[in-house]
Amino acid sequence: MVDGWWTYIVIVVAGFLATDIWRWLGVLAGNRLDDDSEALYWVRAVATALVMAVTAKLIVFPTGTLADSPLWLRLGAAGIGFVVFLCAGRRVVVGVAVPIVLLVAGLWWLGR
Amino acid sequence: MTGDSEIQRHHLVWFLRGMRGISSLPALILMASYVGFSAFALQSGLTRGEAVFMTLSIWALPAQMILIGTMVGGAPLAASFAAVTLSSIRMMPMVASIMPQMRGERTPVAILLFLSHFLAITSWVFATQRLEGVPRENRVAYFAGFGITLTLTNAAIVGVSYGVVSSFPPVIAGALFMMTPVYFVASIWASATQPVVKIAFALGIVLGPLLALWAPDFDVLYAGLGGGTVAYLIDRYRRRRLKVRAGAEA
Repeated sequence: MVDGWWTYIVIVVAGFLATDIWRWLGVLAGNRLDDDSEALYWVRAVATALVMAVTAKLIVFPTGTLADSPLWLRLGAAGIGFVVFLCAGRRVVVGVAVPIVLLVAGLWWLGR
Repeated sequence: MTGDSEIQRHHLVWFLRGMRGISSLPALILMASYVGFSAFALQSGLTRGEAVFMTLSIWALPAQMILIGTMVGGAPLAASFAAVTLSSIRMMPMVASIMPQMRGERTPVAILLFLSHFLAITSWVFATQRLEGVPRENRVAYFAGFGITLTLTNAAIVGVSYGVVSSFPPVIAGALFMMTPVYFVASIWASATQPVVKIAFALGIVLGPLLALWAPDFDVLYAGLGGGTVAYLIDRYRRRRLKVRAGAEA
């Protein structure tokens, strides 16, 4: 890891600029979209698919502590949690609590 | 003049209402995720100041993780930039899809450019769900209240929890990490009113990991553009058929 001021320069150039140019382009592009235009349907679909692709990757290819846990446990916890969430009338609290409880129980059972 | 000060007061009220969103479930879950991030930053050799600065200046958890990953690997600046910018392309459609809902008739572009920095997945979900219920002229103030508060609070959380979390048992650290994705799954599905969003949701979830095996650097981009476009086409076909059927019955 590089030290000192260079790290801050890396964060500004490869972090802040690399991310915020897309936000700025989004503002400029979004300002031309009408509230119910056909183009907005497409933009919404692309935005949703992108976010869900990132999300699914966090579960399938996690970094950090979860990287050592078995894939079946993470997928099982998320999948069963989603089904329970749908059955419980799409309550977000249920959709978060059930997978976390299943994951923790699984990790504990596996002795990790 | 009284009209102007009246408007100012209304903006302040809506800004404060936005700030109250900090105690909403999405905000609390993001805070838990940032506690996890501070542990990751410490393990990777970042200082407390760098971890806080990164949170304030990038404000996108996946981009922050990716940047740290490339820095630890000793990648050159251009390679870090490329990896982070690829992961952040998704910001463009996310911000663009919120703009028509958020801007007022005469909102200056400079303000929207500034506020776009505070848009990341959590505030995107929050805005998608709540902006409809806010009068149009107050939406910018409402979003600013929520977005700015959320960013500053999480930067503070990273600063405070840095060094504390490393003593957590792995089960707790794992649970903190899992919080973010399962929250996105539940909240985006719960807030999806249009069928096109549900189709894109399913395609994104399946394509993201699959394409990661095939094109690791461009997976999210392909999954988003490809999956989103297919979802749009399926939905357009569905809407046309509905329209034809309605026409035939009329």
